Amino acid sequence: MKKKILWKLILIGLTLILAIIFFLPNTPVFKYMPEWWKTNMPNKGIVLGLDLQGGLHLVFEVEGDKAVEITTDRYASRLRELFAKKNLTANVTVSGLTITITPSTTDIIKVVEDNYPTLATVETGTRLVYKISDKEAGRIKDTSADQALETIRNRIDQFGVSEPTIHRQGENEIVVQLPGVKDPKRAIDLIGKTAQLEFKLVADDVKVASEIPQTIAPGEEELLLSQFAGKIPEDTEILFEKKVNRETGAVRKLPILLKKQAALTGDLLSDAKVSIDTRFSEPYVSLSFNTAGANLFEEVTAANVKKRLAIILDNTVYSAPVIQERIAGGNAQITGNFTMEEAKDLSIVLKAGALPAPMKMLQNVTVGPSLGRDSIEAGKRAGIIGTIAVVIFMIFYYRFSGIIADFALLLNIILLLGAMASLNATLTMPGIAGIILAIGMAVDSNVLMFERMRDELRAGKTPRAAVDSGYDKAFWTIFDSHVTTLITAAVLFQFGTGPIKGFAVTLSLGVSINLFTALIGTKSIFDIINTKRELKNLSI
Amino acid sequence: MIELIKNTNINFLGKRNIAFVVSGILSVIGIIAVIQIATGHANLGIDFAGGTAIQFKFEKPVALHDIRLALEAGGLKDFDLQDLPSENKILIRVKKIDHKLGQVSETITSVLSQKVPDNKYVVDSITEIGPKVGGRLRADAARAVAVAVIGILIYVAFRFQFKFGVGATIATFHDVLAVLGLFFIMGREINLILVTALLTIAGYSLTDTVVVFDRIRENLKLKQKESVEAVMNTSINEVLSRTIITSTTVLLTSIALFFFGGEVLHDFSLAMIMGVVIGTFSSIFVASPIVLIWGGKRPFAKK
Repeated sequence: MKKKILWKLILIGLTLILAIIFFLPNTPVFKYMPEWWKTNMPNKGIVLGLDLQGGLHLVFEVEGDKAVEITTDRYASRLRELFAKKNLTANVTVSGLTITITPSTTDIIKVVEDNYPTLATVETGTRLVYKISDKEAGRIKDTSADQALETIRNRIDQFGVSEPTIHRQGENEIVVQLPGVKDPKRAIDLIGKTAQLEFKLVADDVKVASEIPQTIAPGEEELLLSQFAGKIPEDTEILFEKKVNRETGAVRKLPILLKKQAALTGDLLSDAKVSIDTRFSEPYVSLSFNTAGANLFEEVTAANVKKRLAIILDNTVYSAPVIQERIAGGNAQITGNFTMEEAKDLSIVLKAGALPAPMKMLQNVTVGPSLGRDSIEAGKRAGIIGTIAVVIFMIFYYRFSGIIADFALLLNIILLLGAMASLNATLTMPGIAGIILAIGMAVDSNVLMFERMRDELRAGKTPRAAVDSGYDKAFWTIFDSHVTTLITAAVLFQFGTGPIKGFAVTLSLGVSINLFTALIGTKSIFDIINTKRELKNLSI
Repeated sequence: MIELIKNTNINFLGKRNIAFVVSGILSVIGIIAVIQIATGHANLGIDFAGGTAIQFKFEKPVALHDIRLALEAGGLKDFDLQDLPSENKILIRVKKIDHKLGQVSETITSVLSQKVPDNKYVVDSITEIGPKVGGRLRADAARAVAVAVIGILIYVAFRFQFKFGVGATIATFHDVLAVLGLFFIMGREINLILVTALLTIAGYSLTDTVVVFDRIRENLKLKQKESVEAVMNTSINEVLSRTIITSTTVLLTSIALFFFGGEVLHDFSLAMIMGVVIGTFSSIFVASPIVLIWGGKRPFAKK
């Protein structure tokens, strides 16, 4: 009998020591521990959730359809080249996800089928209509999500955030968690920017170009586009440049007619850096092309001297300088009234590369650091006050046995914190609520036992017999009632998002540990008291 | 030995008709709330409805009225304001989302910096939820409640008998409906954190019910000669003390959370307080009578 108790005590002592070691990093004491301890012993502890330490939780949707559209576009222009090479006269037009080719001849069908087996036939007859097969479209969407994930990771790495979490969710969503970011808006812009860099020739030689107004007011873009909708040649488009007056700050938009086909794109860049303009001491971004890009740039500039070349980022023209001479060496620059931060972020996104498709933000939860601090303080306060209230109530109602229950309760709290720390679990605000509720529920097992013991005492049993049979009879009730709470906690864990998951974790850990402290902890104390001397009466 | 509740012999099951009226009213309110939520007439939180919520903390006290005027002048429509004057905090919520996500919060912050320039602020939190995520969270929450209820039914049916499972499930569902209904009537926000509270209440109330059922099962085996109703009454009286003590301790911590736990957990703890009270009521007055009314063969009779 005595031996059994000793083992139980050792078990309790060991778990207690372990719990304290694991939880130590979360206490101020950890600072004073020796260096070998800090490196070799558990040093992470409980991790604070985004809602407690402040930070961003973002969900983006990669618009996979756009990626398919872009690929369709690319297929169409390659087909045009192929037809030209084979001296076939064909008219290739793209609208959204379909490519339409006229005329419909066996030669043309052969070229398409030989070169693009992933194109599915939608219509044959007087004209040919193709679209990318569903299977291939699915693959493109999947790849674009993977690429977007990789690109975002690169951007965030260069932006500098400690311990970011970036992962895919579902078919086409990307979840980004950035703890402790000070400027949320900047981070969102940096991640969400498509950063599609293009160089396009300005179509000044087209007749209709002279009819387009020099400048318009912001907001009038749609109107202008609809006015010129049918008038401009099919291989051109109108994009806008934003001009800010240095003195007045007034904003005007400059419509520019451009060749649709990009002469050069951002995927040929090798580097992007922030530089400072000496005249206006204004930052700009200087670009360097890789070898292929540099050759192409030289070719394009040589063939188009005295024409204008527009630099376009995400369909906004940044500048459209006149090409004075052939440019070798592969350097270019983007200017445009940037602040230092804007220029730096632009260089980051250009270096990290463009997203394969635009992204839409689905969710943004930003928590400032001060709210997180307030929440932790409030949680601590509520926890301490709640615990004290329960402790006092138990002593008031159960006297000496109440003290035993309180001891079990404290053991419970320490073990719960230790267990969370050992798992490096994430503590969220609802998680704090879970701990505090677990404190309220923790005494239930003891209450169940005590009530049984009282029943047994009333029935005339000796204190020792009352303890034993009260404990035995309460066991299955305690077990059943814990399992039911665990069921709901499991459901919460399965379906909940971040903060709710944190709640499920603390509640279920709290309940499980409670089973241990009630069945092993409390019982041992009663046993110790009983073995020392047979109690005359039990203070319960 | 303090015994506040000593050898009671209250005829709980005899009062079942009164209890059923109370429960009936609570449940009907709850069902109305569910219908209103489903048809979009309830005060859904932005995590379910989609939209933008921003909380600002100002340096100096701000008048809600000034903020309202400033935002209206800035062209913002369909927003509601809430303040926490003790900490100079203002919560702005805009439920409509016909813009790109992020635009509304940008408008609000720029309007406030322009119109309230002499009072500096920090952004405590921004929550922007697009319609897709809102719909998904709604569906997830509904599914979570359904799965929890089924899980409870299966476990109790497995550990006891099917009709006990049904009794426990109805009692649990009753509590969830009642708290939801009360929140609806009070015009409080129905959001993710409330659903969390509801599921916690379900778990807690079930614990209460299981303890009662446990004693009923034990006594049904011991007292073969007494009627089922009498055994149920005795059992409820026997565990009454435990029911009340445990409810008190959980209530104590919920109240601590309500008063000291900060604004984030305010509604959560309010729901918990209601849930503990209603859950205790239902485990005494609702669960067992349902098993009794179900009738049939005496449960757990010796063969």
